[in-house]
Amino acid sequence: MTPDSPSEKRLEELRDQAWKDGVVPGKGVDVAGGPIPRKPGYYGQPVVKPPVWTWQVPLYFFFGGMAGMSAVIASGAIIFHHVDPSLATNVGVARAAMWLAAIAGAVLSPILLIMDLGRPHLFLNMLRVFKHRSAMSMGAWILSAFGACVVPGLIALELHAHQIFPGTLDQILRVAAAIFIFGSAIFGTLLATYTGVLIGATAIPAWFLHRTLLPIHFGTAGLGSAAALLELLGHRIPALNFLGFYAAGVETALLIWLSVDKHGIADRAIHEHSSGWLIRIGEFLNGPLALVLRFFSFVPFAALSFLIGSLVSRVGWILVGKVSGSDPESVFAAERHASTVFSFEDAK
Amino acid sequence: MIGEGIQSTNQRKHSYVQDRVEVGFFTDPSVCIGCKACEVACKEWNQVPDDGFTWSGNSYDNTGHLGASTWRHVMFLEQDRQKGNQVTGPMGLASNQQPAISNPQSDDPFRWVFLSDVCKHCEEAGCLEACPTGSIVRTEVGSVLVQNDVCNGCGYCVVSCPFGVIDRRPEPLHDAGGAFKCTFCYDRQKSGLVPACAKVCPTESIVFGRLDDLRARGAARVQQLQENGYHDAQLYDPTETSVRGIHAFFLILGEPEAYGLPPKPQIPTIYLKSAWTSALATAIASIIATLAAFAFFS
Repeated sequence: MTPDSPSEKRLEELRDQAWKDGVVPGKGVDVAGGPIPRKPGYYGQPVVKPPVWTWQVPLYFFFGGMAGMSAVIASGAIIFHHVDPSLATNVGVARAAMWLAAIAGAVLSPILLIMDLGRPHLFLNMLRVFKHRSAMSMGAWILSAFGACVVPGLIALELHAHQIFPGTLDQILRVAAAIFIFGSAIFGTLLATYTGVLIGATAIPAWFLHRTLLPIHFGTAGLGSAAALLELLGHRIPALNFLGFYAAGVETALLIWLSVDKHGIADRAIHEHSSGWLIRIGEFLNGPLALVLRFFSFVPFAALSFLIGSLVSRVGWILVGKVSGSDPESVFAAERHASTVFSFEDAK
Repeated sequence: MIGEGIQSTNQRKHSYVQDRVEVGFFTDPSVCIGCKACEVACKEWNQVPDDGFTWSGNSYDNTGHLGASTWRHVMFLEQDRQKGNQVTGPMGLASNQQPAISNPQSDDPFRWVFLSDVCKHCEEAGCLEACPTGSIVRTEVGSVLVQNDVCNGCGYCVVSCPFGVIDRRPEPLHDAGGAFKCTFCYDRQKSGLVPACAKVCPTESIVFGRLDDLRARGAARVQQLQENGYHDAQLYDPTETSVRGIHAFFLILGEPEAYGLPPKPQIPTIYLKSAWTSALATAIASIIATLAAFAFFS
């Protein structure tokens, strides 16, 4: 190897370049990025914290929504049974709907919620205070009130349906059943929709940007899945079919809304990543697909499609929160391009 | 400021809790030396468990971010910007290239900025509003405190903090499951002591004191730095948003985004009105649809 061989010349060149420019870019040596960090924000660290919630929460959203709206269906059924007593099928629907409401709303929902707590043994602390400005506090009270209505409502309805007690006592049971069922319907609508407020009123960009859509989606998906499950349980009545059409129609409209109302980087978790796919698959299953299947009278398939769709989209929305909350650029974009300037007065 | 010794508000005994005086932190990166004494003091005094020893590769920052077990976090920013009137030159020192001593606007600027981040103790606190157990409260000195024995770990404060400060402590750490963040050393303050981080800060980059005093001090410091060539020095205290200002505010060089600070933080309760309106409309629509279903399709 002589000092003027090509390989030695090359090393001389590199030395010259290093001396002159202070840096030698080359294959496999990426100096362009450092030492100045090129990631967004502070080394790409999240600006807000993504939700810590696990699988129990989307499942609770699913069962809570279904339970709440099931009580509404039970109310509708008994109201029109009283108007026309010949509609004996409605009593069957009302009883099934109340069983569904009680099992999903007064058993499964509390269990799932308590399981998700970091300290499940302290779950009763939820009822220490009533805070109307905390959707979580409101939700705890709504779920408690719903449970306090749906369980006695179901018991009274069953006692009345089996004619356990005679005469006046049975009449009292009938009235009590009606009052508790209507009560559970009122709290049920709130139970099905407040979850949209819960995640809509947070610091997660993809959530708060869609705070108007979320309660509509969660509430309507609850109504549709309650009707769908009752149909799958054998209650194939036109009223539930109508509700199936209604829910799938609204969900189709929401799918269109979501694909039009885009906020660019700020809500990209809804349109990109696996979270975006879950939202789209879920909304397709409980929107257009359920609608088309029902239109062609494939009712059980439509019901199944709606149920799966509303479960998948609930999982999708929680995943959206995790992706969006971990994305510093989404937070910056949502705040920089905020179309509305909020003052403190709005917070009251 | 620096060199006040025992006269400094960081070393004096006080009675702010008893007198119900609003207090705060003013954190100034222009004098921070990145020693991390605040992080260590915080962990030691509050007996915060370690949350892993990882090497991030991000400058000297191996802490990463604030969290359930990190209540002070020293950030290390490496920026291709000039720091004050500092003189920078080209990296090479070839004989034909003179270092740009006389040219402050050199072509190869670099600055290393350290800033100790902490819970902001917002005037309108998202975590406090969100907490369904009443575990999070406002103290006499205006700080936001989590009562650990009340918290049931629902996790709603985590997504309600516009600054990403509070977090739920994962298993298997001590006291796992609850939400944790800076306590403003409320226990120390009750005894007339200064928060641990401010007490140990050797350059008084972290200053503890009355909030009104600190705000005046911060404004004066910004002006002083501006006069010394730090043209991008500004206070980070979002008083014009729904957060209505923070009790632990910062002086920053450049834009807040570079520090992972939200440019216009909002308290999430401002979204409640539109969300609840939508929820009630959905509730009514669902009732009407159900009644219509049974009325017309039975």
